Amino acid sequence: MPTLVSHPDEVKIVSSRFGQGATEIDRYLELGGYESVRKAIEQGPDWIIAQMKASNLRGRGGAGFPTGMKWSFVPKNDKAKYVLVNGDESEPGTCKDHLIFLHDPHAVIEGTIIAGLAIGAKTGFIYLRGEYRYLLKIMEKAIADAYAKGFLGKGIFGSQFDFEVISQTGAGAYEVGEESALMESLEGKRGIPRIKPPFPAVVGLYGGPTVINNAETIATVPHILRMGAEAYAKVGSERNGGTRLFCISGHCERNGVYELPMGYNLKKLIYEVGGGIRGGRQLKAVVPGGSSTPVLLPNEIDIGLDFDQVGKAGSMLGSGGVVVLDDTVCMVEFALRTMQFYQHESCGWCIPCREGTDWLRKTLARFHAGAGEARDIDNIQYLAENMLGRTFCPLGDAAAMPTIAFVKKFRQEFEDHLNGKPCPSAKHPVDELVGA
Amino acid sequence: MKPTPSAPPATIENSIFSPALASRFDKLVTLYPMRRSALVPMLLYAQDEIGYLSDAAIAEIGQRIGITELEVRNVLTYYSMLRTRPIGKFNVQVCTNISCMLRGAYDLFEHCERRLGIGHKQTTQDGIFSLEEVECIGACSWAPAVQVNYDFHENLTAEKMDAVLESYRGKAGE
Repeated sequence: MPTLVSHPDEVKIVSSRFGQGATEIDRYLELGGYESVRKAIEQGPDWIIAQMKASNLRGRGGAGFPTGMKWSFVPKNDKAKYVLVNGDESEPGTCKDHLIFLHDPHAVIEGTIIAGLAIGAKTGFIYLRGEYRYLLKIMEKAIADAYAKGFLGKGIFGSQFDFEVISQTGAGAYEVGEESALMESLEGKRGIPRIKPPFPAVVGLYGGPTVINNAETIATVPHILRMGAEAYAKVGSERNGGTRLFCISGHCERNGVYELPMGYNLKKLIYEVGGGIRGGRQLKAVVPGGSSTPVLLPNEIDIGLDFDQVGKAGSMLGSGGVVVLDDTVCMVEFALRTMQFYQHESCGWCIPCREGTDWLRKTLARFHAGAGEARDIDNIQYLAENMLGRTFCPLGDAAAMPTIAFVKKFRQEFEDHLNGKPCPSAKHPVDELVGA
Repeated sequence: MKPTPSAPPATIENSIFSPALASRFDKLVTLYPMRRSALVPMLLYAQDEIGYLSDAAIAEIGQRIGITELEVRNVLTYYSMLRTRPIGKFNVQVCTNISCMLRGAYDLFEHCERRLGIGHKQTTQDGIFSLEEVECIGACSWAPAVQVNYDFHENLTAEKMDAVLESYRGKAGE
């Protein structure tokens, strides 16, 4: 069982029920659960969407798109509409949805119903990654309990609204976290992205308008209606409402998932909340929002953690996975391991990503093993830059962006590998690495 | 799409799956707006029951959904957790992605290799363990982490890993 942590600077909203036994529906009700959805039924869709807009909630999957605006794009027509909760959490460094499903599954159900009321959907799907089978069992029990209470099914909460929720898992695929690939997977196909437009809000699952939100976003929704949109917005920074679950991993003393206000200082997150670098070592680099976000140097981390401030610093807030690297890390090896992941996960549908990730992995592997050439450094940069913006879906960008930053910010370390200094952490002969 | 006319309909009686799973499949295909949506979960549940996706399992699932075997294979080869060959009773999946790597995942993987005497995607001769290096499993803050079948084991060291392996070895006889 993952350990729960806590720090005095935390503002526990989404995580307020963690460790409180809220997987049991009666306990969830005691803790104020399902009050927001009752309010939402009374007030109606326009009110819900206005609340969401006022809350400044932005998508927690990584893109940071304003949730209220996303919901307002759904056309008011007679087509069957759907809510799809993205719990395919697979971005390396990210393990927050894991805790939400483990500790507060009813918040996900409640948020899904509210989203459904807002857009006029009668069905919601909760899609978990295949590895989260034990969490699916928790989710399925929570859904069954909600049906038994009349919170799901026909005439929910005694109203005239019907709402069904179905949960399922995938079977191992990072790419399925991309929203259009997620829909493909849910339709029983290979998780290959769809070309956009049309956007899912217009043509989504089964051809119907579909709202797709990250599990953390959806779990936040009931809290916003409970505490009031303005109060929620005020917790965060400008245009970045509320809190976010930050997953500290890597070389901090106290790794864990902490809920902090949007805009919380990254340096403080590492040195105070995370307890600083293990064994008093030096910080070397920080990957601020999951493996796809460009790396930051120690002198670049005195910034607020919200979508706008991290963006201004040349990276992205991403999925909230803060990966902390100390001075023992070989950045070439780290770049290689990152690329190995994207190469493995590339769906192969479009060429820049399929070929680009493979070339980059092979080049980085050879380079790391001490068989690099001077021109490789620029070539890595060139290959990555030519993937950017040229792929069907963001996976190509996710592979390219961190690579460009690794070369740009740690060029000296790449050059050291050339100058008769094969990486000390290389344990494998060149042939094995290149053939891997 | 209609099932191929030659195949007899899969029923609980003639299914290759257990009656419980066959009846679960009967429900699953009616749950979604489109039968095919049940495909990925069905493949996973079938694999859980028989250990891998055999030709017979693929055929029956295709027939239940109303698609060809080729279409089923086209989908299943996409997903890293699905397999068409049997493996050990306990699949030890060591995450070596960035967060786990920083906490010693490669040493842990090599420790498992030595302890089990097998490498990546190999199975012990007694059929108890398989070993696999896997991508991020969503346990980054509790790294290094390992999944054995569907169970997570976090904050591992070589000693803790030995205890984990021993506990499964004990279960293997059950």
